[in-house]
Amino acid sequence: MSNFKILMNGIIKENPTFVLLLGMCPTLGTTSSAINGMGMGLATAFVLICSNVVISAIKNLIPDKVRIPAFIVVIASFVTLLQMLMQAYVPALYATLGLFIPLIVVNCILLGRAEAFAAKNAPIASFFDGLGMGIGFTIGLTLLGAVRELLGTGKIFSLGIFPEDYGMLLFVLAPGAFIALGFLIALVNKLKKA
Amino acid sequence: MKKLESSLKNMLLVLTGVTVISVAILAVVNELTKGPIEIANAKALSDAVSLVVPGFDNDPIAEKKVENLDGVEYAVYPASKGGKSIGAAVEATSMGFGGELKVLVGFDAEGNILDYSVLSHSETPGLGSKSTEWFKQGNKGDITGLNPGQAPLTVSKDGGQVDAITASTITSRAFLKAVNAAYAAFSGERTDGLTGATQKAVQAAPEEGEEPQAAAITDNNEEEKGADNE
Repeated sequence: MSNFKILMNGIIKENPTFVLLLGMCPTLGTTSSAINGMGMGLATAFVLICSNVVISAIKNLIPDKVRIPAFIVVIASFVTLLQMLMQAYVPALYATLGLFIPLIVVNCILLGRAEAFAAKNAPIASFFDGLGMGIGFTIGLTLLGAVRELLGTGKIFSLGIFPEDYGMLLFVLAPGAFIALGFLIALVNKLKKA
Repeated sequence: MKKLESSLKNMLLVLTGVTVISVAILAVVNELTKGPIEIANAKALSDAVSLVVPGFDNDPIAEKKVENLDGVEYAVYPASKGGKSIGAAVEATSMGFGGELKVLVGFDAEGNILDYSVLSHSETPGLGSKSTEWFKQGNKGDITGLNPGQAPLTVSKDGGQVDAITASTITSRAFLKAVNAAYAAFSGERTDGLTGATQKAVQAAPEEGEEPQAAAITDNNEEEKGADNE
């Protein structure tokens, strides 16, 4: 499989949000606005790329029976690193995403890709897999965030589209996340069949 | 390269190695980011202070005082211009709908509210989270210019003068409670150095049902503080 194919696989064919349905907790929790969704997507993409490359590079050094704890240590290290960097250089975004940053550790996409891809493939291919999955996840979260923000508050990326008074508050709250995600998945499936 | 065998020795060595390397990297990054994180936090606080009590020429953060009221500590950042006090910014917290609601309230020298800033909250997005703007000047629940010393701020539902956020009365109550507490700390801090005359007027502020007790406790506090000052 060429690197380009691997990349597109993560973005479209096996999009983590719309096809694999992995990492639903941050997907539903952080997408109350487009910018939050995008921030969370990019943060996850960063950790995914780093952990994929490192795990792929050290895969032969890790005995099979302890591979899961070793992967988790690698992933957790990158998440902590990201958390410290964000706190230092983008405190505003850190304040909004808050608790969800440490929770990237338990995002199933990371361990899922480590197990399913990085542990069997070369570092370069793993890099493209992480990049593709990261972009796919970011697109999914941004799209969901934009839909919820538009329906809930009448804005996209804080740009007013229609007056806030007409917004449906439901979409900013958790139930709206489920509803919007359901319709988006249906739409993606329809488009993929066409 | 062949995969390492899952022998006890290998597993021990590999897991220890992976952990040690991770810890080393994290320790280095922690050292590197410690400074910037402190600067970022300090900047967020000083930005908030200059927003709520504009026009000072001292360093309120450096002159921070801790005011203890009923066992709760409040941070008071006194602002002055040309050596003359022009008010203070006071940090106060209360329990909102979704968790702790932390506000920084700015008062002028007379105790009138200048402005406020919500430092952190966990209110419902789209409902209680509106508290960051709702009570600002020109908005529906405008509290600027009000003086909690004359009458404690309460929402109109409770017979007060402030319009609560639509569908978020609990958040609004919590917010005003924090503002009233901030005022109590603000005037408490000032009366420490002056007379105790305004103290009681202020302490009439706490929520219903607790007034006699609260006033009694404050009286005790005042004596203790008086002793501290000597």
